[in-house]
Amino acid sequence: MKNVAKQETHGLNGDEAVALAVKQADVDVVAAYPITPQTIIVEKFSEYVANGEVQTEYICTESEHSAMAACLAASATGARVFTASASAGLALMHEMLFVTSGCRAPVIMAVANRALSAPLNIHGDHSDAIAERDSGWIQLYAENAQEVYDSVLQAFRIGEHLDVQLPVMVGLDGFTLSHTLENMSVLPDGVVKDFVKTRQFPVVLTHEGKTVPFKLDPEKPLTLGPVALPNYYFEFKRQQEEAMKNATKVIGQIHDEYSQLTGRSYGDGLIENYRLDDAEIAMVCLGSTAGTVKVVVDDLREKGIKAGLLRIRSYRPFPAERIARALGSVKAAAVMDRSMSFGGVGGALFHEVRHALYDSTNRPSLVDYIYGLGGRDTSPTQIRQVFEDLQKSLQTKRVEPLVRYLGLRE
Amino acid sequence: MEISEGKFTAKDIAEKPDLFLSGHRACAGCAPATVLRLIMKATRGPTIVTNATGCMEVSSTIYPYTSWATPWLHTAFETAGSNASGIEAALKILRKKGRIKDQQVDVVAFAGDGGTYDIGIQALSGAVERGHDFLFVLYDNEAYMNTGIQRSGGTPYGASTTTSQAGALVPGKQEQKKPIADIMVAHDMPYVATASPYYWKDLITKARKGIEVNGPAFLHVFAPCPRGWRSESSKSIELSKLAVETCIFPLWEATNGEYQLSIPSKVIALAPQKKKPVKEYLQVQGRFRHLFTPKNEKMLEEIQHRTDEKWNRLLKKCNVTVPAQAK
Amino acid sequence: MSQKDKTWKEISPAGVCWKSSQTYLTGDWKSFTPVRDTEKCTKCLICTIYCPDGAIHWDPKKDDIEFDLNFCKGCGICANECPTKAIVMKGE
Repeated sequence: MKNVAKQETHGLNGDEAVALAVKQADVDVVAAYPITPQTIIVEKFSEYVANGEVQTEYICTESEHSAMAACLAASATGARVFTASASAGLALMHEMLFVTSGCRAPVIMAVANRALSAPLNIHGDHSDAIAERDSGWIQLYAENAQEVYDSVLQAFRIGEHLDVQLPVMVGLDGFTLSHTLENMSVLPDGVVKDFVKTRQFPVVLTHEGKTVPFKLDPEKPLTLGPVALPNYYFEFKRQQEEAMKNATKVIGQIHDEYSQLTGRSYGDGLIENYRLDDAEIAMVCLGSTAGTVKVVVDDLREKGIKAGLLRIRSYRPFPAERIARALGSVKAAAVMDRSMSFGGVGGALFHEVRHALYDSTNRPSLVDYIYGLGGRDTSPTQIRQVFEDLQKSLQTKRVEPLVRYLGLRE
Repeated sequence: MEISEGKFTAKDIAEKPDLFLSGHRACAGCAPATVLRLIMKATRGPTIVTNATGCMEVSSTIYPYTSWATPWLHTAFETAGSNASGIEAALKILRKKGRIKDQQVDVVAFAGDGGTYDIGIQALSGAVERGHDFLFVLYDNEAYMNTGIQRSGGTPYGASTTTSQAGALVPGKQEQKKPIADIMVAHDMPYVATASPYYWKDLITKARKGIEVNGPAFLHVFAPCPRGWRSESSKSIELSKLAVETCIFPLWEATNGEYQLSIPSKVIALAPQKKKPVKEYLQVQGRFRHLFTPKNEKMLEEIQHRTDEKWNRLLKKCNVTVPAQAK
Repeated sequence: MSQKDKTWKEISPAGVCWKSSQTYLTGDWKSFTPVRDTEKCTKCLICTIYCPDGAIHWDPKKDDIEFDLNFCKGCGICANECPTKAIVMKGE
């Protein structure tokens, strides 16, 4: 087993952690547009640029749509590319997200998860990224600033992996993670450089009958972004799905490699089981709320209650099999949705976890809690209440209502 | 041959291999296709091309076929300007880091009406403001032709398009053509020019100038569409001549904001008897057919009046005085 | 065009085109064919400049121009622009 690298402790908030990771990862082009609560990322990075601390072409685009287009174009030209956004900015990029994954460009993006308008709200929830779950992007959700830093570095290796070649977004909860100072371990520049390596390119067949590296190169011309008629479009989408399938394995591999390097791990890289093995009641969630839940779980365990947490780190690709296995012996579980799917009978995470369990012989009863929208704070007391309700349902065997609201004034 | 100084012959151009290849599926008589062919002849070395969604993009890259001998990227409708920005930035930094060959690679962006006047204007404006080194070419066929001849900000007053129809109540588009080239000059950019494919030498010279200039360059090229304009496919190039001769589409360039009238238009300025009435240009296009009814006579007058007004304004900007006896 | 379309495993990702359009012969679109009177032709090469399809070539070895009817769509621009009216469009 390799030695764990020597790391320094820095006090950084989530946004600063992202900027630092990008600085260390030898990114070639950053094209971004500021939006709360991601602004510190772009500002910090601008500081690096102005001080000559990075060798990066930094484009302050005039909108997020242009930011993603510029990122895609730069990536297609062979550059390692990064951007960041949130909420309305991510929504404005919507069209381009699909184009980026369709063009198989490994653009890496930090999303400071924030609520979507209207009404305007600058605070944290998951509605922005969840709304992009079909875009073909890999989605990782971080629990704390440390994981944000770690995940951004891993994202370059995941997206650029020859079996994947997909863009990756790393979610950090708006304000809760983006703006909150945390003590975290930072790797030395050299170690990061060795880890992220230089970008590799798959080969493609061009109209000249040549097999060339997949990038825009005047010596090896290729045409990217054609119109594909009904006789071919479908096949390209299937290819993207295959890449997502490969990503499940790759995310785990890169996570493990990084784990060995840093001594830190997040479950198996896709999901994290917290005291779940013998749990009777459990919560399933994404992001920073997991931190609060872990504190409550520990508390309940002290009282002899078999509570546990399943934190999903990789939302796309959705690790359905692992989730089904992890929750198999749980008796009652609550899925926490920090976004809404209006008219959808519960939130996206609820739908997908239920779907993962559908064919399982052993599976928990499942309820959905919509919570934390628009930055609504979720206290340990409220989390505790959910576990109490789960305990109750063990006796009553009742699940109605299927969809509940936590922290809503009703 | 010094292409940017106009020192080349038709033979020089004919002997240069096409980078926009035959077998594309543009309509018969498509002037934008001629424009693209000629602009690609103006390139000076390694070039990367990006296209906004539109006629030229779709007709030249129907998977698995491509008509592009250069590296080529299309992403979306709005993004010719933003693509060019990303490509240019990537080339810059990769060269600096020694990851690609240390050589000049030019970036050329092509877009039609939509990708320039309307949905693409933001990205174009942003790219120019940031000073990226690229040439942006607008092939102006005066409507969203690819999606079925819908009106654009570049559609001229009075034209009938599918979304500005000449009907019983409203006789075609009521708004004026957006002065896109003047808008680009107002960006304080190094080079802006207008061109027309009939004047192929002028077009190629200007394209090369735009490529050579350090920083952003904008080329507004007049490109008749026989399908959308309801004109004869054999007349597309002739129409691009008439547009200049009627002063509907004058040829000029602005280097660092200083306007200069180009020779084909200067000839008309100095010999005003050569200036043709707009009627000659309008009457051979079906999209203006409704203007030749007694009810719409006033519109014809309006078009002539506006054309003359804009022409005189341009002459002032270019510091050209019309000879006394012609007034 | 008649060959079987490839499966998703057989094609390069991201839609990178693998056929030059020079293998897609648009010549059968035409209803009119350009016919050149070599007596009238001064080899000014204007037709090679204006052709939207690049279907007229200057061959320096032959010191003559050639019409590539595989790509000519019969638009008639060459005939219309020829200064000596050396080209005539004949119906098919």
